[in-house]
Amino acid sequence: MSAPSATAPGKIETPFRRLVSEFVEDRLAVLGAVVLAVILLVALFAPLISPQNPYDLSKLDILDSRLPPGSKSMDGITFWLGTDGQGRDMLSGIFYGLRTSLAVGVFSGILAMVVGMALGLTAAYAGGRTETLIMRLVDLQLSFPTILIALILLAVLGQGVGKIILALVIVQWAYYARTIRGTALVERRREYVEAAICLGLSKPRIIFGHILPNCMPPMIVIGTVQVAGAIALEATLSFLGIGLPITEPSLGLLIANGFEYLLSGKYWISFFPGIALLITIISINLVGDQLRDVLNPRLKR
Amino acid sequence: MTVFMVRRLMQSVVVLLVMSVIVFLGVFAIGNPVDILISPDADQLERERAIRALGLDRPLWEQYFVFLANAAKGDLGRSFVFNEPALRLIFERMPATLELAGTAVVLSLVVGIPLGLYAGLKPQAATSKGIMAGSIVGFSLPTFWQGLMFIMVFAVMLGWLPSTGRGQIGTFLGIRSSLFTLDGLAHVILPAVNLALGNAALIIRLTRAGVRETLLQDYIKFARAKGLSHRRVVGVHVLRNILIPLVTVVGLEIAGLIAFAVVTESIFAWPGMGKLIIDSINQLDRPVMVAYLMMIVLLFIVINLIVDVLYSVIDPRVRLQDVKG
Amino acid sequence: MTLAKRTIGVAVAAAIGFAAAEGRAQDLAIGLGASVTSLDPHFHALAPNNNIAQHVFNSLIEQDENQKLIQGLAVSWSARGDDKWIIKLRPGVQFSDGSDFTAEDVIASIKRVAWVPNSPSPFTIYTKAIKEAVIVDPLTIELRTDGPYPLMPNDLSNFFIVSKKFVQAPTEDFNRMTAAVGTGAYKFADYARGDRIVLERNEGYWDQKPEWKKVTFRLITNPAARVAALLAGDVQMIEAVPTADIEKLKQNANLTLAQAASNRLIYLHMDHQRDATPFIADKQGKALAKNPLKDLRVRQALSKAINRDGIVERVMEGVGVPAGQLLAESFFGTSKNLKPEKYDPDGAKKLLAEAGYPNGFAITLHGPNDRYINDARVIQTVAQMWSRVGVDAKVEALPWATYAAKATNQEYSIFLVGWGSGTGETSSTLRSLLATFNRDTGMGQANRGRYSNPELDKVLGEALKTVNSAKRAELLAQASEIGIRDVGVIPLHYEVSTWGLKKGLKYVARADQGTLAMEVTTAK
Repeated sequence: MSAPSATAPGKIETPFRRLVSEFVEDRLAVLGAVVLAVILLVALFAPLISPQNPYDLSKLDILDSRLPPGSKSMDGITFWLGTDGQGRDMLSGIFYGLRTSLAVGVFSGILAMVVGMALGLTAAYAGGRTETLIMRLVDLQLSFPTILIALILLAVLGQGVGKIILALVIVQWAYYARTIRGTALVERRREYVEAAICLGLSKPRIIFGHILPNCMPPMIVIGTVQVAGAIALEATLSFLGIGLPITEPSLGLLIANGFEYLLSGKYWISFFPGIALLITIISINLVGDQLRDVLNPRLKR
Repeated sequence: MTVFMVRRLMQSVVVLLVMSVIVFLGVFAIGNPVDILISPDADQLERERAIRALGLDRPLWEQYFVFLANAAKGDLGRSFVFNEPALRLIFERMPATLELAGTAVVLSLVVGIPLGLYAGLKPQAATSKGIMAGSIVGFSLPTFWQGLMFIMVFAVMLGWLPSTGRGQIGTFLGIRSSLFTLDGLAHVILPAVNLALGNAALIIRLTRAGVRETLLQDYIKFARAKGLSHRRVVGVHVLRNILIPLVTVVGLEIAGLIAFAVVTESIFAWPGMGKLIIDSINQLDRPVMVAYLMMIVLLFIVINLIVDVLYSVIDPRVRLQDVKG
Repeated sequence: MTLAKRTIGVAVAAAIGFAAAEGRAQDLAIGLGASVTSLDPHFHALAPNNNIAQHVFNSLIEQDENQKLIQGLAVSWSARGDDKWIIKLRPGVQFSDGSDFTAEDVIASIKRVAWVPNSPSPFTIYTKAIKEAVIVDPLTIELRTDGPYPLMPNDLSNFFIVSKKFVQAPTEDFNRMTAAVGTGAYKFADYARGDRIVLERNEGYWDQKPEWKKVTFRLITNPAARVAALLAGDVQMIEAVPTADIEKLKQNANLTLAQAASNRLIYLHMDHQRDATPFIADKQGKALAKNPLKDLRVRQALSKAINRDGIVERVMEGVGVPAGQLLAESFFGTSKNLKPEKYDPDGAKKLLAEAGYPNGFAITLHGPNDRYINDARVIQTVAQMWSRVGVDAKVEALPWATYAAKATNQEYSIFLVGWGSGTGETSSTLRSLLATFNRDTGMGQANRGRYSNPELDKVLGEALKTVNSAKRAELLAQASEIGIRDVGVIPLHYEVSTWGLKKGLKYVARADQGTLAMEVTTAK
């Protein structure tokens, strides 16, 4: 994949097409992309394809609770993956849960990355007071437990998806900031930056045009890991009782709810959402890994 | 160098103050500790008496200044719940957590770096792909789920290891630790592995990414051209170059492991600081929360300081005045 | 894991397995579900702390497994006139340090209860009725009160007697075990805060000595981990078995269970006070003209719409008892006439229509998610049932840390709470939950819905002054009927506590949810 794809001058090729053609070189990554596309479609159209609306309490009958996979409900719906402790169809729950989990993971991941990178780069390049201020903020943030942040937000703002995303962004931006600053400090001393300075390019242009692309590879690694991390963290918060509203479960909350049934032999309540979570995260990472290699300017010399 | 350190320390004091203010406001926002702590049988007058006894009847700013005045004398307050000085409670729990976090960090480095190196040097090998896929599993499973699975398999089904708790404590060179007894080691294995998995996965991935990139750099090609052995190229030049992101992340993770191994400590009934802080948060034991978080800020500041110093040691292109922030 | 490590692991496992097989039959390890925060029996009135203290200290009067009062350090107690109780103490009792137990220790303990500094929840709630304590002779004391106080024996069963030597000993001295000297069946042997408490049998104990020479209480707060520890054989007994695991544990040939209906009622509070209550609106989110919860028919409808058998059967997995009043019928002061409200969705719809809400309304139901057995699932289920009679219900489940304060500050409209009667009679529940809130008399102190009914207050007030037990029981039953028929609260169920034990052990399950090593025996 690091094949000398250096294009001969004159050959017509848009950057996008080149990206695609490089991307498809790895079959595993293509598989990941296909699975991810399917997952996204499922998440997007969950209301249309789910047998039941798992978020509508009037549709759930407590007498249908804890049914094993393949059972039929009182109203004749078949629960292909069984039901949870409230009588919620697991399959529908997983479809809707995917939606919530992906939204939480992706939004919080992107927001945290943007905030973290902006602040981290600024710190690395500006130096002085600005850097001090930002980096001490990072110290402060990193030492503040997620649980406490989530609990404070819960007490002040109440429960909800938006609040969880906010909590995750508050928690995660510092990781990005800290990492990108470390990388940027090294990049800053490289010849190409000095060259750019000599050319009289503006500061923002040097930061975002030259340093940023070269800092991307580790950021993408952390980014893909953190999207997964955000989804898992949301699960942990739900496990601790400070996550999403219990009537609108995400994958993580489904797993956390199923946790109490792990020893009881009712495996389906946390097993199936667990599998769904695993597949989602693996496909995100397969795509992420390949993207990183393709986008890395240095692997293309 | 000295100037750098002194300046850092002065900044740290400010950070500590900010932290204490946030915790005071945070607890105030969450609720009144007395509502959690008082017996449900207590009537209004008893409740008001307890509020007075804990000094919670005074305005928040006044409580804060009382705290500051005491803190200046080295007294960070007394736990509402335990009726013992908060610092004593924290130090009491520290050895257990350090054991667990230390074991986990060593495990994740010992497993993570070699596997990452291998996957980076031979990216196309089937083993490498297996390592990478496996590493994804390592961080996508929620720790609570994974922890209980470990207990089920290794303690309940196979009966090889104890299910929960900290083992016997031994003394070696004057240090008391459960790592010095066989029983203690048996107890630490499962929780440490549970903690280490996610970090090992991250280290594998960072190492691999770093190696892949470094191998293409001119100076590596040059080193090869010069005829240096493969072992030397990898062992010295490649490793050194991937250390920067690695050191940053490992630094953060160590601090994270020490400070917030909350879930693992709960599942494995490990009497460490993570368990203390979650209990304190749940009971709004403000003195312990404040003291604990101030200690943790200090820990992060120190670790970040070490990391910054390490930057300049590992990579001479980074000079300390660059990282004076 | 390297091969070398694995070998060590196996070797260690073998060594431990050997130790377990050797297993000293006189040792017992118990997994507790809640943190014990202090060994000082007077510092914090908190169930897990009291549970441990009960092993080492005695009260004057004790409660048996059904919370009936029995002799403790006192052998008899009786009211004299309207303002005196005479307590005869047990002769020949010694503290574990060898000193004799006398009336002076009782006086010292009452003093220490009021003295102990920094207590977030003092035991003075059980001593405040004592205006004066007088030593008549070394084994007799007289307690003076303001007017008749029938609950004195119940109060005396709720605080512990320490040695007079330690009347001024701070909590730290108890935690270090130097001051923790009691008359109980056990002595403290080791205390690792947050981890374990080790007790050793008190060979000089005045009553029948327990079977176990050494008892280790391990704090395993995560329920699944606690069950796993029992399954793995690391402990021989656990408390608070999660309902989800009960079925599976019952099938396990190596284990046995003990169960008892508890004194804890799970119920819904409703906002009876405000005219506009914050979490009820019409289905479009517009405010309602008045607070529907002030209408008896609405309260009855909400109660009828709940399928209590369904909750017990499905959410509690059969481990619970549908509730129709404040305590299960076997307790003191309950009414024979109150039965659980029948599930009647049609009747509920009719009542709602009569009250002027034919299309129902929208409501947010609040509750804790880490306090009572399956609490978050119970409120979710209640919301499901209400949705079926046309009341759109949303659910918000919060950790107790933030929920408790908000519930106490009356920030909710309808919300779930539990009440355990520490005295084992309905007087505790009635005066706390249903009596009109009054800061100065301490009545209705946990009446978070501010229910108020002068008729109930009158009957209850009379009961609280009646020393004659039979008469008092009757008055309490009458007050319960008034409050429940007026739907002051909506009772859901009584919790049933479950203990898991290794096969061959027997436990006398307790209504107060306590876990006492003295009551664990080898089954004969």
